Parts: sequence; structure tokens; C-alpha cells
Amino acid sequence: MMEKVYFRPAGIFDGTVTGFCPGCMHSSVCKIVCEALDELGQLDNACYVQGVGCCGLAVTYLNMDTVAAPHGRACAIASSFKRCSPETLVFTYQGDGDLAAIGLAETMSAANRGENFTVIFVNNGIYGMTGGQMAPTTLLGAKTTTTPYGRNEAEHGSPMHMCELINQLDAPAYIARVTCADVPNARKAKAAVRKAFQYQLEGRGFSFVEFVSNCPTNWGMSPLESLDHVHNVILKEFPLGEFRAK
Amino acid sequence: MAEKIFMKGCEAVAETAVRAGCRFFAGYPITPQNDVPEYFARRMPQVNGVFIQGESEVASANMAYGAAAAGVRSMTSSSSCGISLKSEAISWMAGANLPVVIANFQRGGPGIGTIQPAQQDYNQATKASGNGGFRMLVLSPSTLQEAVDMTWRAFELADKYSKPVMLLMDGFTGTMMEPVVLPEPLGEEQVAAIRASKTWAARGRHGGPQHKVMCGPGLDTRISQAQMNERDAELYESWKQTEVEYEEYMTEDAEIVVTAYGITGRIAKSAVGMLRAEGVKAGLIRPLKVYPFPEQAFEKLDFARLRGIVCAEMSIPAQYAEDVRNVVRGRTGIVTALSSGGEVLDRAQILEAARSLMK
Ligand SMILES: Cc1ncc(C[n+]2csc(CCOP(=O)(O)OP(=O)(O)O)c2C)c(N)n1
Ligand code: SF4
Ligand SMILES: [Mg+2]
Repeated sequence: MMEKVYFRPAGIFDGTVTGFCPGCMHSSVCKIVCEALDELGQLDNACYVQGVGCCGLAVTYLNMDTVAAPHGRACAIASSFKRCSPETLVFTYQGDGDLAAIGLAETMSAANRGENFTVIFVNNGIYGMTGGQMAPTTLLGAKTTTTPYGRNEAEHGSPMHMCELINQLDAPAYIARVTCADVPNARKAKAAVRKAFQYQLEGRGFSFVEFVSNCPTNWGMSPLESLDHVHNVILKEFPLGEFRAK
Repeated sequence: MAEKIFMKGCEAVAETAVRAGCRFFAGYPITPQNDVPEYFARRMPQVNGVFIQGESEVASANMAYGAAAAGVRSMTSSSSCGISLKSEAISWMAGANLPVVIANFQRGGPGIGTIQPAQQDYNQATKASGNGGFRMLVLSPSTLQEAVDMTWRAFELADKYSKPVMLLMDGFTGTMMEPVVLPEPLGEEQVAAIRASKTWAARGRHGGPQHKVMCGPGLDTRISQAQMNERDAELYESWKQTEVEYEEYMTEDAEIVVTAYGITGRIAKSAVGMLRAEGVKAGLIRPLKVYPFPEQAFEKLDFARLRGIVCAEMSIPAQYAEDVRNVVRGRTGIVTALSSGGEVLDRAQILEAARSLMK
């Protein structure tokens, strides 16, 4: 008798393919989130608020309730949704342009109010969906379509560190930065997501999990090169770890 | 007989909303409607409702969207430049078929404008409260009793069509006090039943199919852009038959018709009374909804007898008058009586404009 030890999480429709580019960690993030929901028995009770960006590509294959938000507004919508439906497990799924640029006020304000939902933040250091423009998280020196000579501090400022920024506020309960660029880290990432959801279920307040991610397409790298780049370069700027677990 | 209470406009609207089962409000401070969020801040905890002071009008309107997505009767309010910031969410509500009531207590404009009453947002309210060519039912009261009645109806209409509905108020109707009779509040069971009836609302699948609150096509494969636009166009067309609402006063034998909406409609009505006293056969057309525009009211007029129409509004340049002109199509003369933000339209201006038509 063989035991099935690896299967598609129930939150991902059978027979559908992801809309993400090959090698994009967005799909790993979705899988990890769905596995965490399965393990907590919360898939049926979950609703995610999707930001605008490549995260929206998940909509055709995630089999759970969803509310679409205008670009940047996911944290405002999740705030009111969760307060009106306190029993539902609510998380936002947002990119770095969405969460840290156009939605910065909504993100910081929801965090500061200690709203009891979870943010799944996919930081790929670029605007993926619109074709590779500079994001608030883009590294200094990085060439993007809107920083053709490289991001420079004098003109564009330095990369924004959202975990560290949110860690300045009193209210947030859980803040962690993870990655799924390798298997041991992917395991830690799932533990962080589970913990964040657990915090929410216990009513402890705002939980925030940042995934250091990639964008092979707009970084102009193969998927494997992009993983090396995460390990050798990006993680130096964005250190992993739990920043807060109240 | 229900009891009459002396109330301020903003508070009468907010209290009526609570009685109509509104259990979510988000807003951001802006004069002249601060009494609305302040009232909800006091009142919502008493009815297990939610009040959030948003970090901006952008956030507040999106919060109202989020509450509606959860099936809760939801409202936001602001004034003029704040409504511009809400336009993103309002457009999304129209696209995602979310019932939300939005109140605009108009002040001057463009830009920040004066904080005093105005009707400078007519075109914005009736034609483009956001991108994408959507329309909203727009109710505009001229008395506080009407504001109360219209607030109640706004929630019913929003739910009926699953669309955003606007209450187009102004600094006068927001801040003045008048006696009003408030409706009996819905019971908690009724409020819960209304929420439960919204089977499309997101809440977790709980063994059933997915609930997807999405703003139309793009990533939502259930509907194409054309299907969505055509379905909405049909709805807006049907409103021209089902949702037109206006008051006619002494128009049967009128030689002069004064037309105005909102608070100006009230000034216009008293001007009509004075003209009649002078022996001028004057009448009034006052839209109760400015969208859909009451074309029928003007089509019915006896243009052979009519000497002209006076359009009165607190907007420079005139906006409402343009819609009147488009319906009348040159069949009679049109003159305007206008004032700008903060300058109360004087009844004498209407009388003077009417007399100019009698010459
Ligand atoms: C109001 C508004 N402005 C701009 C856009 C265009 N837009 C779509 S996705 C996107 C950026 C997405 O970048 P990010 O949030 O980093 O997500 P990613 O695609 O990288 O995962 C932008 C600017 C939009 N849809 N709406
Ligand atoms: S564009 Fe970049 S972020 Fe978007 S799916 Fe492709 S690789 Fe992923
Ligand atoms: Mg990005």
C-alpha cells in the first residue's frame, strides 16, 4: 500500500494551470498559502482580497472566496470586510507596487489600527504586471524600464523595507520576512504563514508576511539565475526573519 | 402620528441610514459634512455596526466597498473635492455591482473651493463620478424631510439594483435644522435577513461554490467587457422608464416654468408663488432625482403657450441648465439664475429672470 504524501492543495482547482510565468515564485506563494489553509482547516472559511498586479493572475485557479480591490486599496477593503465578517479568515495578496507605493497609506494605516487580518506581501522588487518598472523595493543600481541608468539614491531614494517600517508601529502582532527560493526556506515560509493565520484566528491583530520573490521575466534572468540573484544579492538588502511575534 | 424631531441635515441622514439597516460607515473629515462621520462614530457601537475613520476619502470609499462585498448595508459621505477622491471606489462599486450609498454635501469648486454650499458637482454626480461611463441613481432633496425619505430609499434602491446610489446634498441641507419625522428602524432580524439575502456576498465558501466579488472582466472570466457594458446600458435605459421622479407645481397653465433641484428647488418654488401673486402664470419643475433626468416633465410642456424657462442653480458655469437645454432643443427660450459657492441664490434673481421673459 502506498501512501500519497504530496498532492495539490484543495485551494487550487484541479486541472488549471497558473497564469504566472515559468519559474515565478508567485505560484509557490499561492501553493504555500493554500497548504497552510488546508492544514488549519480554514480553506472553506477564507476570503482573500486581491491587489492589482501579477497576484491577480491567481484568480482563475484559487478556489476560495475573493474580493478584488483597486490598485493599492486591499488593506482598506480587508479592514472593513473583516470588521463586518469577523468569523471569516481574511488575507490580502499584494505586490510591492500595490502595497508599498500606491497603497502605502492604506497599508500603514491598517497596520497601525491593528486590523485583525493577514497581509501576504510578494516583494519582487519590480512592477511585474506592467512590464518591469521601478518599485519602491527596487535595489540601488538596478536597471528597470523606468530607471534605464540604474536606480540611484539621489534621484529615486533607497529601497523601502516594509517589515522594518511596520515594525515601528505599536499595533501589529506578527511581522515576518520569508522566501521560497529554496526548500528549507519554503518550509519556514509556510510556518510563518500558518502562524500569521493562527494569530488572526486568535484575534491578536495585524499580521504581515513578506515574501522575497522574483520576477524572472522582467529581471531578464532564467528562473535559476533569478534564484541565485535572490540568494546572492536581494537577501542582503532584505534580511529574512521574524521581526515581531507578540 | 409619528413624532417630529428638530434635527440637523447631516444627522437626520445618518440616523435614517442607521434605521434603514446601514451597519457600516467610513468617512474622512471635510466641512460641511463632519456631523455625518461624528454621528456614526457615536451611533454605530449602539447597533453593533462598524464606523471607521479612514485615512483618506480614497480609503473610506474603498472601506465602504469592502463592507458591501461582505453583504452589509454600507455608506460613505464627503463633500466635493473629497468625492473626487472617492471616484475610484465608486467606479469599482458600479463595476463590481456593489450596493453602497454615497452622500455628497456639495461645497464650492473646482479644487478645494469654498466650504460653503454649492451645486457645482452636478455633472460629476450625473455623468462621471468615476471612469468607465457608469451611471448612478442620484437623489437630491430640498427639505430635510425629503433628505430622510430619500436616504431610506437610497438603501432600498442600492440593494434593488446592486449598484452605488448617490444622495446629492449641499452645505445647506447638511447643516440647517428642520423638524423631521424619522422612519421606524428596521429590526435586527430584518437587518440580518437583508444581509443573508445577498447570496453573492463573500463570506468563505462553507461547502458551497466560490463567491467572487470582482469588478467585471479582465481577470473575471465569467463576463466579457462588452457583456458587462451592454447589461449596464440596458439597466440605465430602463431607469428612464422606472426611476424618473420629479415634482410639478402649477405647470398646467404655465407661461413661465422655473426649474431647479435640491435646495435651489425650494427657493424656486417660493419664487413661483410670488410670481403667481403678481399675476404671472408661473410653474415649477423640480427633479427629485437628477439622474435619470426627468425628460418627460419637459416634453409634457405646452411650448406654444410657454414664454420661457428659468433654470436656477448654485453653479457657475451652469450645469443643470445644459441638460434642460438638451431636452428643450430650442422650443422655448431658456434663461439662467446662477450663484457660486457660498453665495446663496437670491429669490430676487429668479424673479428678475422670469420677468425678463415676460417682456
Ligand atoms: C490605479 C491604477 N494605476 C495603475 C495600474 C496599472 N498597474 C497594474 S499592475 C501594476 C503594478 C503591479 O506591480 P506590483 O504591485 O509590484 O505587482 P507584481 O505584478 O510585481 O506582482 C500597475 C501599476 C492600475 N491597474 N490601476
Ligand atoms: S511578470 Fe514577473 S511577477 Fe509577473 S508572473 Fe511573470 S515572473 Fe511573475
Ligand atoms: Mg512587484
